[in-house]
Amino acid sequence: MDNVQAIVDEGLAALAATHDPVELENVKARYLGKSGALTDLLKQLAALPPEEKRAQGAVINQAKTAFEQALNGRREAMAAEKLAQQLAAEALDVTLPGRGQLAGGLHPVTLVKERIVALFQSMGFEVADGPEIEDDWHNFEALNTPKGHPARSMQDTFYVEGGRDGEPLVLRTHTSPIQVRYMQNHQPPIKIVAPGRVYRVDSDATHSPMFHQMEGLWVAEGVSFADLKATLIDFLRRFFERDDLQVRFRPSFFPFTETSAEVDVLGERGWLEVGGCGMVHPNVLRNVGIDPEQYTGFAFGIGLDRFAMLYYGVNDLRLFFDNDLTFLNQFR
Amino acid sequence: MKFSESWLRELVNPALDNAQLAELLTMAGLEVEENDAAAPAFDKVVVAQVLEVRKHENAEKLNVCKVDAGQGGEPLQIVCGAPNVAVGVKVPCALVGANLPGDFKIKEAKLRGVESFGMLCSARELGVSEESDGLLLLPADAPVGQSFRQYFDLDDRILTLKLTPNRADCLSLSGIAREVAALTGSSYQAVAIKPVAPVLDDKRGVKLDAATACPRYAGRVIRGVNAAAATPDWMKRKLERSGLRSISALVDITNYILLELGQPMHAFDNAKLQGDIVVRFAQAGEQLELLNGKQLMLEPDMLVIADGNGPVALAGIMGGMPTSVQAGETQDVFLESAFFAPEIIAGKGRRLGFSSDSSHRYERGVDFGNCRNALERATELVLAICGGQPGGVTETLAALPARPAVTLRVARVARVLGVTVAADEIVAMLQKLGLAVTRDGETLAVTPPSYRFDINIEEDLIEEVARMYGYDQIPTRPPVSGQAMLKQDGKLRPSLLVKQALAARDYQEVVSYAFVEEKWEADFAANLQPVRLLNPIASQMSVMRSTLIGGLVSTLVANLNRKHERVRLFEVARVFHGVEATQQPEKVAGLAHGPRLAEQWGSKAAKVDFYDVKADVEALLAPRVARFERAEHPAFHPGRCAQIVLDGTIIGVMGELHPKWVQSYDLNAAPVLFELDLGALTGRDLIRSQPISKFQPVRRDLAFVVDDAVQYQQVLDAMASAKQPYVTAIEGFDVYRGAGVPEGKKSLAFKVILQDTQKTLSDADIDSAVSQLVAALQQHVQAQLRS
Repeated sequence: MDNVQAIVDEGLAALAATHDPVELENVKARYLGKSGALTDLLKQLAALPPEEKRAQGAVINQAKTAFEQALNGRREAMAAEKLAQQLAAEALDVTLPGRGQLAGGLHPVTLVKERIVALFQSMGFEVADGPEIEDDWHNFEALNTPKGHPARSMQDTFYVEGGRDGEPLVLRTHTSPIQVRYMQNHQPPIKIVAPGRVYRVDSDATHSPMFHQMEGLWVAEGVSFADLKATLIDFLRRFFERDDLQVRFRPSFFPFTETSAEVDVLGERGWLEVGGCGMVHPNVLRNVGIDPEQYTGFAFGIGLDRFAMLYYGVNDLRLFFDNDLTFLNQFR
Repeated sequence: MKFSESWLRELVNPALDNAQLAELLTMAGLEVEENDAAAPAFDKVVVAQVLEVRKHENAEKLNVCKVDAGQGGEPLQIVCGAPNVAVGVKVPCALVGANLPGDFKIKEAKLRGVESFGMLCSARELGVSEESDGLLLLPADAPVGQSFRQYFDLDDRILTLKLTPNRADCLSLSGIAREVAALTGSSYQAVAIKPVAPVLDDKRGVKLDAATACPRYAGRVIRGVNAAAATPDWMKRKLERSGLRSISALVDITNYILLELGQPMHAFDNAKLQGDIVVRFAQAGEQLELLNGKQLMLEPDMLVIADGNGPVALAGIMGGMPTSVQAGETQDVFLESAFFAPEIIAGKGRRLGFSSDSSHRYERGVDFGNCRNALERATELVLAICGGQPGGVTETLAALPARPAVTLRVARVARVLGVTVAADEIVAMLQKLGLAVTRDGETLAVTPPSYRFDINIEEDLIEEVARMYGYDQIPTRPPVSGQAMLKQDGKLRPSLLVKQALAARDYQEVVSYAFVEEKWEADFAANLQPVRLLNPIASQMSVMRSTLIGGLVSTLVANLNRKHERVRLFEVARVFHGVEATQQPEKVAGLAHGPRLAEQWGSKAAKVDFYDVKADVEALLAPRVARFERAEHPAFHPGRCAQIVLDGTIIGVMGELHPKWVQSYDLNAAPVLFELDLGALTGRDLIRSQPISKFQPVRRDLAFVVDDAVQYQQVLDAMASAKQPYVTAIEGFDVYRGAGVPEGKKSLAFKVILQDTQKTLSDADIDSAVSQLVAALQQHVQAQLRS
């Protein structure tokens, strides 16, 4: 019996001392092979009397099991160690930058335009568009801007060759002709916003000869100045994400609205003009075949570049048209 | 319109401080653009009289003065360096302890050994005026000891209104006062004007030959005036605070009337006028030398004041030089106070390249009911300041502008403003504004006064009601309306998605001007007849672009100069093939230049090329598949340019910039560009899902040699012509020239995927399909199969 224990102890020690699978298989052969130590013990059982055989057999089997368990344990430990080594060797510097293409970006005026358009769409305004070379009628006459009005002079408006006598062509000076075109082709209720590029003869730190505007128009039965105020206040508070934003409307004058207003918001440095608006002038409605007795409406115009400046804290309008990638890359 | 607040308060003095007054005006539509102190802050400056002046012993330019500053006790000893100090003069004196503008404190001081207790001041030291020629000398009656601020009314404020063109009635102090009175209920102390009885019989006849253009003209002769008389300080101050320089007493008086009453006036030298005054349109060939020195060739639509010798003034705009009053010369004047119709004056100043305070008012509308009053007021002031003897008033009158009553329905007010205002209230508001109202139940007949040119229709009155009611008092209710969802066209891809797709492929959106250099149109579009601007802002912005390529190339150049070596840009904008609405389509164009990828550790550096950009274009068009056909285009390398064809229509072009433009636009390498119709990208097909096959696909590879000139597309087309139903995809995966392939040939390798929806394909099916493809290849592109 002592002999069995000694063999097992010796075998376990041998397993523990192995370093690689080959050694392990050698040790296994020494104990469990055809002429291994434990195999020999089992062979010797045959010579024993039955009673002793049973008792001794149990002891030897136990010893064999213990050895086999140790063998398997050692085998798994070796595999685990090997895997650990492999994984360690395969480790990456995860802080190295990713490979391939980066992403570009949209122009800040586009981003702000889309933000504004989405706000108005959520209130049921459709988006409309129109040509940028406009005729005098759509840009001025239909909008109740009389001949000889200062805005129509060549100091303010770009004229384009190819116009006919009495019907010159201009680069649209505002997005308002879009509302004229839309109203010519639709009957109320009309609820549109019209963003786009507009042009005026003006170029300095705060003026660009091309800039962006957005026109809004809502014509239906019973649309009032109160609706105009509510719509624009709602828009400005949603746009700037400030429910307590102070907004004021003060009387102003535009040829195409009567009961006209400028809209100001209260900023850190006082009131800031953000747009013009008013009730659509009855002459404008008549010019496009809408009965001003039946329908009323409001219109407003805002400068998209100005909103982009306020939204992103840009202090120079010209940056929007310089297209310096260092500037543009900020708007991702 | 710039004016002194204290002048306004002489006419109306509501219980409002400066800030409240400014707010009131702004919220009534008379926007206060600037609100400035009349003078910078300073204190302890009083009116003082110089009693004694003696030379400083140790300084040639200094004087030692004894000054009575009204402080009691001994006169102050003050050392003064001003050249114009003299015994008896009254001047502003800063006492010890005074704080002057520019953080300048007055202390007891010793100047070259002599003690000085204060400082005698110039206008500039007090910030009262820019100019300074020594001490500011005050009139002899200035009360010694009085605070100088008070004496000079320096706590006054100067307001500048940004008036809208409809409110010409507020281009005068009286007009603003009238408005403030209406808004606040304070009483309006109109300038008291009494007719001046004539002393002389002199009268100059006036004929109105253009009665619609000038339906009212009042004039008066005043003889024996002292044209060199000094303008009183109070008048100078008011003029200066309105931004007008004092010129001479007579001119100052007419300017004062302009500001006080809003009536432009003109003073002629009566001796230089011949015969009657005639107001008429100019005749061809007539000329006039204007007060500003310009010699004007008159045009037949210009209204003039003429005498027996011809035009003497450009009516309502500017007087003529030869008949103008001269301080050292004029003894008799002829004063003009007239009404000229706005439409006659409008636009003339612009055409001539100048405007005047007079034309500014006439083109907007001057109170035609006030000409006579203004003339009487001017007479009174001339007599008081310049002396003289007045003749009688000549006034010629034709049909004045009509002021028909405008109907206002009370219910319409509520409909337009969204707030109900009672009829009584409306009547009261309009009456406060000086409008005559007759009420018939819920309908009002409103007659505007002669000074309002902006009330012609019901809406004009509604705006007046809104102003009086207060824009801020109109409620803000969430609008109530029928709700309808917006249409969403399934066949339309919003252009925002196109832009986002480009941004996702590493292009940055830019915005460039629609007007470009004419050369760009020639270079990049061979467009020699671009749409031209008649009044471009600069020659490099003179034509409308028909392609976006120029803007992208120029943006590239600018960014290369800023040391960006990798530039990828796009723009979405209209181009202009003509002036009609249909000739202004939107395009999307892109440019890629420099390394394919931003310089990085894990990828080999390579320049972006045609095929990189082609992949971007294909991705943009997906799932639609376009054909790229060899093409020539003025912007591009003739061998590296493709037109892009979708469903048989050319929708765009792409290519590598032509080497000659690379050179002439100073580029270091050729960028690759594309330009597509936005409409081709925003259109999309509705998706109908197809059942997917349960059977395994099979892949077969085909490798063959063709002539180098054979294009990939021809090979694809050849295989497509075989019309093999099981073939679901054909893709090339290798193009090879070199060893093993004969000169002038290339080897192509294709992957062919075959699949059926009904069964697993048999070898026979597959072999048959592939041999049909091979046959087609042999037939159409003379392909030789490689083993």
